[in-house]
Amino acid sequence: MKTLEELNAIREKAKATMTVREDNSDVIRVVVGMATCGIAAGARPVLNSFVEEVARRRLKNVTVTQTGCIGMCQYEPIVEVFEKGKEKVTYVKMTADKVARIVNEHLVNGNVVTEFAVGSFTK
Amino acid sequence: MRELSLNILDVAHNSIAAGASLLEIVVEENSASCEMLIGIYDNGCGMSADEVQNVTDPFFTTRTTRRIGLGVPLFKQAAEMTGGAFRVESRKNAGTRITAQFKTDSVDFIPLGDICSTILMLITMNTNRDFLYRRIIDGREFALDTRELKDILGDVPLNEPEVAEWMRGFIEEQTQIISGGVK
Ligand SMILES: Nc1ncnc2c1ncn2[C@@H]1O[C@H](COP(=O)(O)OP(=O)(O)O)[C@@H](O)[C@H]1O
Repeated sequence: MKTLEELNAIREKAKATMTVREDNSDVIRVVVGMATCGIAAGARPVLNSFVEEVARRRLKNVTVTQTGCIGMCQYEPIVEVFEKGKEKVTYVKMTADKVARIVNEHLVNGNVVTEFAVGSFTK
Repeated sequence: MRELSLNILDVAHNSIAAGASLLEIVVEENSASCEMLIGIYDNGCGMSADEVQNVTDPFFTTRTTRRIGLGVPLFKQAAEMTGGAFRVESRKNAGTRITAQFKTDSVDFIPLGDICSTILMLITMNTNRDFLYRRIIDGREFALDTRELKDILGDVPLNEPEVAEWMRGFIEEQTQIISGGVK
């Protein structure tokens, strides 16, 4: 049984290991479109996968947030990646399966996964 | 939407946009009467009588970025096509209560789906709001109240991975217990 006492233990442990966010200069922001169109197209598992993958790999310089309608409903689920000093990258028709690759290749190693990015869909 | 839990996620975002500090989400099932009731109650900015009337109309939205708001109309349709009912009650500067009632034996009933993911996403993506999730199955009930969790957690946020994992475990376990799955 999950008990509230367990939460107390989690709190003590988390307080000890919680790291202060590193210097903001290299923060990467992953933004998932979560308006009606995005949710209907499958944005919930996509957002979930990003949160889980970023937590699993302990990427302290990545934040995952949500936004409303990005304005290209036919390409939902849409994910935008913002990084200081770089152009915004827009991933379209996202699925949870694509997330691990984007986290690994783009967020960790800095190489945009062009086959999932907007350029390759609009051409 | 393929799952009612996705409609809940969508419609709850309106409460967040309305500045609600507390959202109550209730999912109540009654197998004898083949009914499911979903309530989304908030203390956000509310709507005037005119706005309430318009909110179920797909061509109404107060957002200016896109003209058509579909969230509430889709949820209403999902309830009404099962032979159920839908209600929006709201008061300006007080809050909004959305109640959808479904007939679960209808062929048009869309399953609830992964409600746990919806609740967790709402909580972890909006740690500055409070959520009360109440699940009732044939009169048996459990609740998850973030105000209670925050009292215990202090500075440790609800989106801390271990905390999120605890909440998922709690919801899944309690849901099983009230469904009569495990003792
Ligand atoms: N809980 C609420 N509190 C205040 N206003 C609301 C609420 N729910 C809906 N509204 C109003 O109704 C409008 C239409 O909502 P909706 O049909 O979900 O479309 P959308 O959110 O895409 O605009 C919203 O833009 C908002 O102005």
